Amino acid sequence: MNDTQEAILAAPQTPHPFVEFWRDFARNPGALAGFAVIVLFIICAVFAGTLAPHSPIEQYRNAVLTPPTWQSGGRAEFLLGTDAVGRDVLSRLIFGARLSLGIGLVSVTLSLGLGIFLGLCAGFLRGWLDTAIMRLMDILLALPSLLLAVAIVAVLGPGLTNAMYAIAIVLLPHYVRLTRAAVIGERDKEYVLASKIAGAGTLRLMFGTILPNCLAPLIVQATLGFSTAILDAAALGFLGLGAQPPAAEWGAMLASAMEFIQSAWWIVTFPGIAIFLAVLAFNLMGDGLRDALDPKLKQ
Amino acid sequence: MLTFFLKRLAVVIPTFIGITLLVFALIRMVPGDPVEALSGERGIDPARHAQLLHEFGLDRPLPAQYGEFVWKALHGDLGVSIVSHEPVLSEFLDRFPATFELTLCAILFAALIGIPAGMLAAVKRNTPIDYGVMGVSLAGYSMPLFWWALLLILYFSVHLGWTPVSGRLGIEFDPPHVTGLMLVDTWLSDEEGAFRSALSHLILPTLALGTIPLATLARMTRSSMLEVLREDYIRAARARGLTPLRIVAKHAFRNALIPVVTVAGLQVGVLLGGAVLTETIFAWPGIGKWLIEAIHRRDYPIVQGGLLICASLVILVNLAVDLLYGIINPRIRHPR
Repeated sequence: MNDTQEAILAAPQTPHPFVEFWRDFARNPGALAGFAVIVLFIICAVFAGTLAPHSPIEQYRNAVLTPPTWQSGGRAEFLLGTDAVGRDVLSRLIFGARLSLGIGLVSVTLSLGLGIFLGLCAGFLRGWLDTAIMRLMDILLALPSLLLAVAIVAVLGPGLTNAMYAIAIVLLPHYVRLTRAAVIGERDKEYVLASKIAGAGTLRLMFGTILPNCLAPLIVQATLGFSTAILDAAALGFLGLGAQPPAAEWGAMLASAMEFIQSAWWIVTFPGIAIFLAVLAFNLMGDGLRDALDPKLKQ
Repeated sequence: MLTFFLKRLAVVIPTFIGITLLVFALIRMVPGDPVEALSGERGIDPARHAQLLHEFGLDRPLPAQYGEFVWKALHGDLGVSIVSHEPVLSEFLDRFPATFELTLCAILFAALIGIPAGMLAAVKRNTPIDYGVMGVSLAGYSMPLFWWALLLILYFSVHLGWTPVSGRLGIEFDPPHVTGLMLVDTWLSDEEGAFRSALSHLILPTLALGTIPLATLARMTRSSMLEVLREDYIRAARARGLTPLRIVAKHAFRNALIPVVTVAGLQVGVLLGGAVLTETIFAWPGIGKWLIEAIHRRDYPIVQGGLLICASLVILVNLAVDLLYGIINPRIRHPR
């Protein structure tokens, strides 16, 4: 066999798109680490009942403010110590994963769904509808995001559900703008025209033809949206406007931390580490997804 | 330039009208009405209820209420606080210098460290310096602001005892009110140690609030710088034998800064949102803490007026940044 033939035989077949994507994604150690941490948090969230050593709301009155196990005065059954009313910090953190990931999932899904719909309408139909939608998004963007979320919760009343609505509204303009920009980039391409000539109706063109080609940036933004949602939910919880006691929400766990800053460092430290790790993991994975999905950066 | 200016202004005006509508509607969406909300669970005598509604102008048709709200707002009248009976605008103006001082210091801190760090990372691309800067900025970007503030207090105030935990100034000082900016006022007064006290109160809030913009600016500067370094004029400058320092400082820096200016402008919104958390934690008497307290007390005129002013500030700063952008980057004035 001569060299040319060998080269032809050795030439790799085009891999399945998912395999190709995974190869690009796995090349980035940060993204993989982020992915691993997210999987860990998901396991915690799903199996919280089995994994947590104690109930998140049971108060051990004889073990109030117990330091972590390795410190003097620590007890083996409370690995990360207990809070001011004797609840196990580790168990609350594990159940907190359920709340934080749940908030992220609900608010990102709500926001993404509505955002894709509005963005598709604006970008595909253009005209006055486009102007109206984009002006509305400009207005939402003009208010500082946390302030807007706080204002919405103030009107709807404090609580977990309302916090999720507020975060969904705060995230909305980003998805709308991103979808619109992607749609405008795609709508004049030949495959869309071909589909139109073949007789596809407006809705089919919007959702069946154009939307699947706009998904890459949306997937990236949705991942990053999780980190924003977790951060904002924690901030609302911290301000007393999000999850209400005795819910084991990470931000709400820090709400009373100021009182213990002199005496019980573990109450101040661990919930923050959990929020930080979750947000960092979603940011790392989002960056990795962007690198793997964006063909412009691939070259 | 004038057309450019007028075009930008034309976009701002509908946005502003939208903000007034949004803020107006938001307050009307409160279940019940503000008077009921204020009187709480005890309930209120119906006659007194009607009288209060009339007093606040809440018994008139909505369009009339909105018209009056905008008309008064344009004349600087944002209503009166339900709790303190002070005009909302004067309460705002009393607290604004504190927030202004804090956010200004935070953005200066972010720019002075973030921009050089981003440049350094771009120039030393794919070296440990680059990875270090990017790693730290990613961490800063992912940091929950309120937890970061708590950690700073835990270490610097509680553990080391270097800085005070809350407030703007030690209670033993009482400098004359000149500008409302504590650093300036204490500098002008002759009280010994007052300036030092003001400075030590300011450091931790500044660090806490400035960290997220710092991380954003460093990332932005790096990517913008990397893009500029690929341009032909940089290669040309290199070909002419200019020193790397001269190329970076003179040719690349100014062009790389253009998108960074925009991002820095957008940080005003982030800073105002962050000020809510920072001021709450450090008991900093600014508008963030004022708004949160008003929300907890259901003082709706303050919430309404405060939100309106904050949004207007963000719009104005973004407009200013847009115009500045037109000046430093002439290409944008004449699109296509």
